[in-house]
Amino acid sequence: MDEKVKKNLEEFGFPVIVDERSGAMQWVDMRELRLRYIISIENIKPFYEGLREGKLMATKCKKCGRIFFPPQKDCPSCFDSDIEWVEMKKEGTLETMTVVFVKPPSFGQYDPYPVAIAKLDDGPKILAWYNGDPQQVKPGQRVKVQVSRRKEGYLMYELAPI
Amino acid sequence: MSENVAVIGIGHSKFGTRKDVNTAELCWESMKPAFETANLEPKDIDFFAVGNAGIWSSEAAIPALVAEYADLAPKGSMRVEAACASGSAAVRVGYTAIKSGIADLALALGVEKMQESPNPNVIELIGRFGSYFWEFENFGLTFPAYYALHGTAYMMKYGATEEDYARVAVKNHYYGAKNPYAQFQKEIDIETVLKSPYIAWPFKLFDCSPITDGSACVILASEEKVKELGIEEKVWILGQGVGTGTANLSRREEFTSLASARYAAEQAYKMAGIDIDNPANYLDGANVHDCFTAPEIIAYEDLRFCKRGEGYKLIRDEQTYIGGKIPVNVDGGLKAKGHPIGATGVSQAVEAYKQLLQKAEPGRQADINKGRWLAHNVGGTGHYTYVTIYGLEKR
Ligand SMILES: [Zn+2]
Repeated sequence: MDEKVKKNLEEFGFPVIVDERSGAMQWVDMRELRLRYIISIENIKPFYEGLREGKLMATKCKKCGRIFFPPQKDCPSCFDSDIEWVEMKKEGTLETMTVVFVKPPSFGQYDPYPVAIAKLDDGPKILAWYNGDPQQVKPGQRVKVQVSRRKEGYLMYELAPI
Repeated sequence: MSENVAVIGIGHSKFGTRKDVNTAELCWESMKPAFETANLEPKDIDFFAVGNAGIWSSEAAIPALVAEYADLAPKGSMRVEAACASGSAAVRVGYTAIKSGIADLALALGVEKMQESPNPNVIELIGRFGSYFWEFENFGLTFPAYYALHGTAYMMKYGATEEDYARVAVKNHYYGAKNPYAQFQKEIDIETVLKSPYIAWPFKLFDCSPITDGSACVILASEEKVKELGIEEKVWILGQGVGTGTANLSRREEFTSLASARYAAEQAYKMAGIDIDNPANYLDGANVHDCFTAPEIIAYEDLRFCKRGEGYKLIRDEQTYIGGKIPVNVDGGLKAKGHPIGATGVSQAVEAYKQLLQKAEPGRQADINKGRWLAHNVGGTGHYTYVTIYGLEKR
């Protein structure tokens, strides 16, 4: 808890502070909440198995051939769930990018990170971190998809210049 | 059933850092003038909708909160969420309730109290308004970054520059300085924008709309009620279109335009009887969703104020200032007026009423000849778009 709030709590008996700019009295919420979601990946397990082998997997509708990335287990074109997992060729062309300077606190351990969207030669587009010098990027930049280990310890795909 | 729906009352809180009020008090600040301009009381309202994205603020049951604070209980209500277009979603609920005949008088309120949480938490939470799992969880997209991906694509394709984007901020601050309800009532120059620190390249601090507390309120009425109450001052909703985009940006065709905005605009123009090939000819001005500078330029194109790829020329030639081809965001826009997520769409409705009835503050009143004003409100990065046309004469 903030020192000022602690002091006021002891002195006045309430968790309050005076806003420095406006002089308005604020109650500092005592109910802190930490959020962490538990998200089902049951139906896209092959995606993660692929990632472990350095592969980028997408789903493909057996009936109409539609490819889904990010992968999904149902084809709304066919009302069918008969899908197969297919490996994407890991090359494509960069379409746009940014560099995130002001980061969410949950990404605080990282330096400013470039994010790019590329169109894979196999069709789907992919958004990921760009492991390369953003200032060297030219229109039509060719990129590859590679798998790297994050600081948090898990494997994730990223884009890199060819 | 009411073929036509009018805005008969408006209210707008001061936008900015509002440590001086709590959520209910902030709501009442815009509700009170809305009732007063409509010459109505809370008991007259049949139904109300509250646009609020929340999560950074403490109160979640805002319809109930205002039902209590403003004597609206036991009337029907709902809270609606469409990210940054939540306010327009509230207007839509009121509009459709009246159009369907379920209500004769509806209130649409938009409110956000973003500064109940520290800035880093807001940055964290607002980045989650896309695909949480594929884009936020692994790649830490922020709201500026989502739009920066569009800003970059637009520059690469059409040769627009960071200076062009800065010009949007300069214009919107110019008008914000004339709006007593705006968060930033201060003019800036291009240098100020260009020298400000990068937030998400190519956007710098002054390319970005701020984190804002604020509320706005409109009261909507059926044609019959307008007659019965003898309402003189009102504007009609001539048309409204709504579009939705994919959660993942990677599932989209292009990044120099928002498909949901083009879709919503086509619907709205069709409903309002506006020639889709030359809408600027039918409009006295517009409010577009300038959460960042580049998206204002992209909005010019999605709304067909100019051809694709020529939006940056409109701002370069100052054609979106008052006196130009079509004045845009002459209340300061989200950029200078502020962007209290859930309130923004309702604030745009308030601005349409003020402009069309020539009640805007000195120095920012557009010339009203055609009697129509457009509001373009985007939630997320084209995840939702609402385009609404307001007019002095009903269709
Ligand atoms: Zn299929």
